[in-house]
Amino acid sequence: MTQAAAYSAARRKLHWGWITPPVLFAAIIAGATIGETRIPVATVLQVLGNNLLGTDYAVGRIDAGIVWDYRVSRAVVAACCGAGLALSGVVLQALLRNALADPYLLGISAGASTGAVAVTVAGVGAGVISLSVGAFAGATLSFLLVAALARAAGGGMGVRGAGVIVLAGIAGSQLFNALTAFVIAKSANAEQARGIMFWLMGNLSGVRWDDVWLAVPAAALGLGACLWHVRSLDAFTFGAGSAASLGVPVRRVQIVLIGLAALVTAAMVSMVGSIGFVGLVVPHAMRFVVGVRHARLVPASALAGAVFLIVSDILSRVLVPGQVLPIGVITALVGAPAFALILVRGRAR
Amino acid sequence: MNLSCENLGWSVRGQSIVDGVTLEVREGETLGLIGPNGSGKSTLLKMLAGIQRPMRGKVMLGQRSLGDLPQREVARGIALVEQQADTADRITVRDAVELGRTPWLSALRPWSEDDSRIVARALDAVEMTAFDGRPWHTLSGGERQRVHIARALAQEPRILLLDEPTNHLDIHHQLSILDLVRKLPTTNVVALHDLNQAMECDRIALMHRGHLVALGMPEEVLTSDRLRRVFAVSARVMIDPDDGRRLFRFHRLEQMS
Ligand SMILES: Nc1ncnc2c1ncn2[C@@H]1O[C@H](COP(=O)(O)OP(=O)(O)OP(=O)(O)O)[C@@H](O)[C@H]1O
Ligand SMILES: [Mg+2]
Repeated sequence: MTQAAAYSAARRKLHWGWITPPVLFAAIIAGATIGETRIPVATVLQVLGNNLLGTDYAVGRIDAGIVWDYRVSRAVVAACCGAGLALSGVVLQALLRNALADPYLLGISAGASTGAVAVTVAGVGAGVISLSVGAFAGATLSFLLVAALARAAGGGMGVRGAGVIVLAGIAGSQLFNALTAFVIAKSANAEQARGIMFWLMGNLSGVRWDDVWLAVPAAALGLGACLWHVRSLDAFTFGAGSAASLGVPVRRVQIVLIGLAALVTAAMVSMVGSIGFVGLVVPHAMRFVVGVRHARLVPASALAGAVFLIVSDILSRVLVPGQVLPIGVITALVGAPAFALILVRGRAR
Repeated sequence: MNLSCENLGWSVRGQSIVDGVTLEVREGETLGLIGPNGSGKSTLLKMLAGIQRPMRGKVMLGQRSLGDLPQREVARGIALVEQQADTADRITVRDAVELGRTPWLSALRPWSEDDSRIVARALDAVEMTAFDGRPWHTLSGGERQRVHIARALAQEPRILLLDEPTNHLDIHHQLSILDLVRKLPTTNVVALHDLNQAMECDRIALMHRGHLVALGMPEEVLTSDRLRRVFAVSARVMIDPDDGRRLFRFHRLEQMS
């Protein structure tokens, strides 16, 4: 590498580091500004100043409440969910060697939903285990089931297993969705059932500051683990055997990272329900922008996932006046065509 | 640092794929590994490289068993070029070769100018420098093979295991890769199908149905009688009048014994 190239590479790194805080901040401001009642940016900034920097601007109590208690917490959780789901997608795609791997398509989200519903509605665990633990158990169980099914069907982890693992994921999702419906039908009353169905489609309206304390660590943990493993993720480019011959402890990396992907997905599902396609669309889009090397793909996907979900959340609030759409509807409207594009592009090569 | 194995075995569904293989690769030599399709060459190489765990016996690197060494340490000593390794990712030739530096890098030891130099040298060794920025999926089979070899070279191993490295290569590149490998300061184990090329190795190991049936100097191992039994061919030896080297000519025998 020439000096100039090294210099520009270093500059690019710097450039990435710089872009993250302002972009994220702008997205959160937008999330706090736009909604049923529009609140001026100046007011939003004043509220943030009062809460974060200890300033003392005079802001109406109601506005301050809407901005700080509802919208900012909601935007922060949306950002964490987006980053977490996008990173889960990056990890699954790299380790399973499969362009279509994504926590939603592989049934991990469906499993997490079943676990969460079983705990809240049917009282599994007798109040000892929390919603998130139930979601994690469901997520892990569904992934193991789907992986076993894919392996039994001969798809395995190879380059050619793409179709098989997605089929296995569909089977898994259907099974767990059916289980969820069964639990709801058996144990929930009509009122509860309606609420749960809405939550299952992905919904951020219930989010409060309490959730932030789960969302931020979960996303930070996922990001930290991915950054720590960027070279290992790269080493899987030519498959698990090749990664092993490059010195990667394959089994350990697979267990740690896929386990974390399940954990992060479960944490997000337990807060906001299952939101599809983020893990699929965001990493693929970012590969176009920053390339396939994980040292850049991981931070770029985390940032883009965060922004994508904040923007989707805003759209879900303003698209139909007077009504909040489930955020999963928005991500699916963007994600399904993108999914089709990936399929077509994959064939063209 | 010596690579050796003792009574190595691997089976699948009760069927033995590699059985009772004991051999020692001598420091600095190029050992040719030959045998018919399905005789267990790739399986043996994977076990020697530490990426497939033996079911019986063990592989020794120096005084220590591979199973006791961290994967990373193994990868600093041994590089494997697999028979088939492909990707759908849009990586470039340089990206692919840079992967070879993985066992030497960590959070505390980031990418340096040295690594760039090693990668450039590896690309140069396989005559792929001009392809530096080309996307992987645009490469021909032989070009891919050479990039894989460059990746193994970038790993700077002391022991290089190559599974049919000349597969896909035109005759010029076949010869230049084999030349390159022989001239490296590494210890090499090369699975080959071309017996005339195998003759150029220091020693030859012959696999048949999972067993190591012969190990020694090329002339000793490749006798007409063995070739008949193992490959079901009759072989005629010709002598090149220029340098007195032996060449094979083969005729198929109808029955695989
Ligand atoms: N995981 C596996 N499951 C079932 N059979 C296997 C497995 N791995 C290897 N085999 C079988 O073991 C035998 C030896 O395979 P191996 O790849 O080692 O042969 P090889 O000597 O490298 O052959 P070739 O010259 O064709 O490359 C083959 O018959 C193969 O089908
Ligand atoms: Mg082979």
